[in-house]
Amino acid sequence: MKNITITSRLRALAGIVCALLVMPLAAIGSECPPLQSAPINSHDLASLQSGARTFVNYCLGCHSAGYMRYSRLQDIGLSEQQIKDNLIFTGGKVGDLMLVAMDKKDGKQWFGVTPPDLTVEARARSSSCGSGADWVYSYLRGFYRDSSRPTGWNNVVFENVAMPHALWELNGVQQLKQRQFESENEARAALLSAKSLASLEEQTSMAGGKEVTRYLLKTLEPGSGAKLSKVEYDKTVADLVNYMNFMAEPARLERRSIGIWVLLLLSVLFVLVLLLKWRIWKDVH
Amino acid sequence: MAAVDKKPVTGAGRLNGVLTWIDTRFPLISLWESQWGKYIAPKNFNFWYYFGSLAMFVLVLQLLTGIFLTMNYKPDAAQAFASVEYIMRDVPGGWIIRYMHSTGASFFFIVVYLHMFRGLLYGSFRKPRELLWIVGMLIYLALMAEAFFGYLLPWGQMSYWGAQVIVNLFGAVPFIGERLSEWIRGDYVISDATLNRFFAFHVIMVPMILLGLVAAHLMALHEVGSNNPDGVEIKKQPKDEQTGLPLDGIYSHPYYSIKDALGVVGFLIVFAIVLFFLPEMGGYFLESNNFIPADSLKTPPHIAPVWYFTPFYSILRAVPPLFNSQFPGVAAMGVAVVIFFFLPWLDRSPVKSIRYKGPLFKGALAIFVFAFVLLGYLGTEPTNVWGQFGSWLQHADRATVFARIFTVLYFSFFILMPWYSKIDRCKPEPQRLT
Repeated sequence: MKNITITSRLRALAGIVCALLVMPLAAIGSECPPLQSAPINSHDLASLQSGARTFVNYCLGCHSAGYMRYSRLQDIGLSEQQIKDNLIFTGGKVGDLMLVAMDKKDGKQWFGVTPPDLTVEARARSSSCGSGADWVYSYLRGFYRDSSRPTGWNNVVFENVAMPHALWELNGVQQLKQRQFESENEARAALLSAKSLASLEEQTSMAGGKEVTRYLLKTLEPGSGAKLSKVEYDKTVADLVNYMNFMAEPARLERRSIGIWVLLLLSVLFVLVLLLKWRIWKDVH
Repeated sequence: MAAVDKKPVTGAGRLNGVLTWIDTRFPLISLWESQWGKYIAPKNFNFWYYFGSLAMFVLVLQLLTGIFLTMNYKPDAAQAFASVEYIMRDVPGGWIIRYMHSTGASFFFIVVYLHMFRGLLYGSFRKPRELLWIVGMLIYLALMAEAFFGYLLPWGQMSYWGAQVIVNLFGAVPFIGERLSEWIRGDYVISDATLNRFFAFHVIMVPMILLGLVAAHLMALHEVGSNNPDGVEIKKQPKDEQTGLPLDGIYSHPYYSIKDALGVVGFLIVFAIVLFFLPEMGGYFLESNNFIPADSLKTPPHIAPVWYFTPFYSILRAVPPLFNSQFPGVAAMGVAVVIFFFLPWLDRSPVKSIRYKGPLFKGALAIFVFAFVLLGYLGTEPTNVWGQFGSWLQHADRATVFARIFTVLYFSFFILMPWYSKIDRCKPEPQRLT
């Protein structure tokens, strides 16, 4: 009898394995924007505080964080007084939500879309391509000058985005550089050695009745007029993303530290219940 | 009127008096004994038999966390999204309650799917358990409704557009479709009116139906007795001379009380790992799009229901439209669920359990499970996920072609069952448990 159950189990297992083997194929079919992993550490209070400063200075003018209270910044090591003195520009109270003064309709008129609320942006942007933090980190480093756009800016991560480059003073004016390759291998090699965010597009056109495939590599050239060096800018953006990641789920750190205790407790309970079960079942044959 | 004459309760120490007083006025002891305390169960329940009690545990978990969520949630299109974030941030312990509820929803389906799979493995739907199975299927339908109504409440983009797509499906019903979907929504689009009624359905109507059905499920189970991995009816066995129990039967209490308690703790460990470390479960339990507030003017590029509906969603997409009507797909999706009801009459095998069934049934079940999982996966992805076939197949989407093949296999499992289960080379069922 045992053999039968084992073979049926094996068969079930084989099914699951097949399904899992099929899954990675999904990544090949879907198109991802060029994302780089965000170098963030949610335990680094200095980084979180620096990010909070950048956020209220550069983002909060147009974007609200309307589900987040200033007082929650105490979680990243700031006192009420520090928050009041350095981070609230509206004269509001520490318990207030991080709202925006700009009228929604004005925003819509100026940018074409109302700038979205950013409280949970770092969660909303996560996808199979990367985490939400990766997306924001890449996005804020992906702006380049494009005079054909109404704002004068475009972005390699979010093509034809309505938002102008809010951090351009720090980042400078990056330029887009495009190179065309005939061989896929060369294009991939160039993509790997690119020093900036880079995307590779496959372009198929008809020439002389034949399909011709070209590979277009887009890279960004560092721009003029930057207040910060490339490394400093990347660090500033990383801090900002670290903060936005915190803001998207302030309970994250608490969640993990409680989780470890809960698991320990449950494991102990499991052993105790198991011992009791063995004892009670002793007389069942 | 004098109280009914019953034997006084013994064995409860100081509580004997109180229990006797209650028992003379309310069938406390007989209820406990018939439903659990003296319920006789086969002694060989294996891993698959944890999921019934776990389903009940998750139901209670959902009801309790749901009560606390309603204390702060606002079923109002202008406030719903913000009130969920308020729960996540400003309500003390709110995030735990919310994650318990959102993780619990997915785990409810995991547990119920495994519970149903157990039924398929060991033929638990066969005579005399047909009604037990049917009530169970009604629970599953109610659970799907409960999950669907509940998913609208966070009022994110996926909530909104998922509901839009599903309600529009009713529009494909011939003649009355449009008016039917309007009647469900209470508006021409998903709106505040829809949110309000879905809230009412989610917190009152469906939970009441669920509780009633679960009670019926348990009563039916305790009437006919539990099946087991061998498919042997222990009620037909001779009784043990000393205990008066069937030879392979044991009392549920304390044996399965403690075993199910162990199952609950094991379950909680897995549950806690997800809750505390992976609450979004890679976008399968909490979809990232749902962190964007609902916007009736902005359709997301890819709309998919939550994972537990995706096998049926895949079937819906796989069936090609007929005369420009989506109705065949909608009908196929409905049949894919309803066909489970007929299992007791589709299976003509002389034995119940997979242990004694032949290679045909085993193969069919393996293919069915694979089809269910694969359809489920494809349902979460856009139809171009595997690219296209070459010109020899008119550049058809690979995923769609596979979804069609596996939809056919899915239905074949049921439709061909009367035939393959009958001619299968089964082994004889034993008299005793092995």
